Amino acid sequence: MSYQWNWSIFSSPVPTGETTYFGWMLSGLQTTITLSLCAWVMALALGSLMGVLRTVPNKWLSGLAAAYVEVFRNIPLLVQLFIWYFVLPELLPFGLGDAFKQQLNPLTQQFLSAMVCLGFFTSARVCEQVRAGINSLPHGQKNAGLALGFTLPQTYRHVLLPMAFRLVVPPLTSEFLNIFKNSAVCSTIGLLELAAQGRQLVDYTAQPYESFIAVTLLYVLINVVVMTLMRHLENKTRVPGYLGGK
Amino acid sequence: MYDFDWSSIPGALPFLWEGMKISLEITVSAVIFGVVWGTLLAMMRLAPVKPLAWFAAGYVNLFRSIPLVMVLLWFFLIVPQLLRSFFNLDPNTDVRLTSAMIGFALFESAYYSEIIRAGIQSVPKGQVAAASALGMTYAQAMRLVVLPQAFRNMVPLLLTQAIVLFQDTSLVYMSALADFFGAAYKVGDRDGRLVELLLFAGAVYFFICFAASQLVRRYQKKLNAHVAH
Repeated sequence: MSYQWNWSIFSSPVPTGETTYFGWMLSGLQTTITLSLCAWVMALALGSLMGVLRTVPNKWLSGLAAAYVEVFRNIPLLVQLFIWYFVLPELLPFGLGDAFKQQLNPLTQQFLSAMVCLGFFTSARVCEQVRAGINSLPHGQKNAGLALGFTLPQTYRHVLLPMAFRLVVPPLTSEFLNIFKNSAVCSTIGLLELAAQGRQLVDYTAQPYESFIAVTLLYVLINVVVMTLMRHLENKTRVPGYLGGK
Repeated sequence: MYDFDWSSIPGALPFLWEGMKISLEITVSAVIFGVVWGTLLAMMRLAPVKPLAWFAAGYVNLFRSIPLVMVLLWFFLIVPQLLRSFFNLDPNTDVRLTSAMIGFALFESAYYSEIIRAGIQSVPKGQVAAASALGMTYAQAMRLVVLPQAFRNMVPLLLTQAIVLFQDTSLVYMSALADFFGAAYKVGDRDGRLVELLLFAGAVYFFICFAASQLVRRYQKKLNAHVAH
């Protein structure tokens, strides 16, 4: 096998001339990070809400949250993404779907579908972690809150959640890492994030190894940065007396 | 309102079944290979020989920090070239299935190895000590004492990972290989019935994975009850 290595490819201009191939990589990296962070905010909010619902005494609410988790956990991410992107706009009532397809530019459509998809997908996992966090607290905490005259929402707000959220930081770290990795799936609907830029570069330059090595290293870099930041957060939020605590 | 038309599904069922067989083939081969290679990686990682531990740690961390999409892109790029140069294959031979199988197997073994490592570490240290006191070598202690116990506890986790893996096989869609999802997409695209086919594919995946995860949950309960007594 004779392969012509050419690392200077990254500094050469793209066909349209406005940037270099390195610029493509950076814009892909930016999209990956923006997408993942937006989706993460959504997942955290929805997942916390659902996680709380899973632990409430009301059978209907906890059943609803359980069904929510099962749906988003048992359908492959790729299928979910295609359903959000191809199917949902067709089914939205009142011309909303047409508005989505005709008035938004394609890039916004892709980004929104990808964000909503990743957000819901990850929220089901966040939900399970939050539930596990709440359930791991001694039962007496909830009873004590209620005995002091707190309402159930107040007990959650002031007693259970402040503790549970500190306990779930380590498992949430791995979900946070996963969202960056899962965002690569969104290249399949044409969203130009990191993996898609890598493939595009291969199509234009026929230098697959340089491109894939660069993309792979950038993912590893994201991983290392996120892990370092989360380790810091974990140290700050650790609960004394618990496993791994001070 | 959208007019549903499900009529293209019944005729396409044999084709979809062919796709499902490919999905299952990839899943089963990746699970078997993943567990075997994952066990070796886990043992290397826990072994007292430093270079082996470093290799295993590097392998696992590398694969766990790269998206599966990227891993598959690598394998669809490299494996065909390697296979062709080693086995002198005709350039037109379709090696996408083989590439996908190898890619999934190597990727998943990183995840399996972490599950297995945790399983091995959950076996009390005294067991290894007892085994070596009885004169067993490290390999014998692993094979006859530690691994049988570790695997028993790990089975539910390994099965859950297999369900995740089954879902992930839909990503071979990228290589235009007609697995179940790829087949559904092709039929939908051909008939202009993408909406119905995608919903159908989602429903089938949901049904299979939900049923499988309920079975795993039941098995886990049985296991827990057994351990408790």
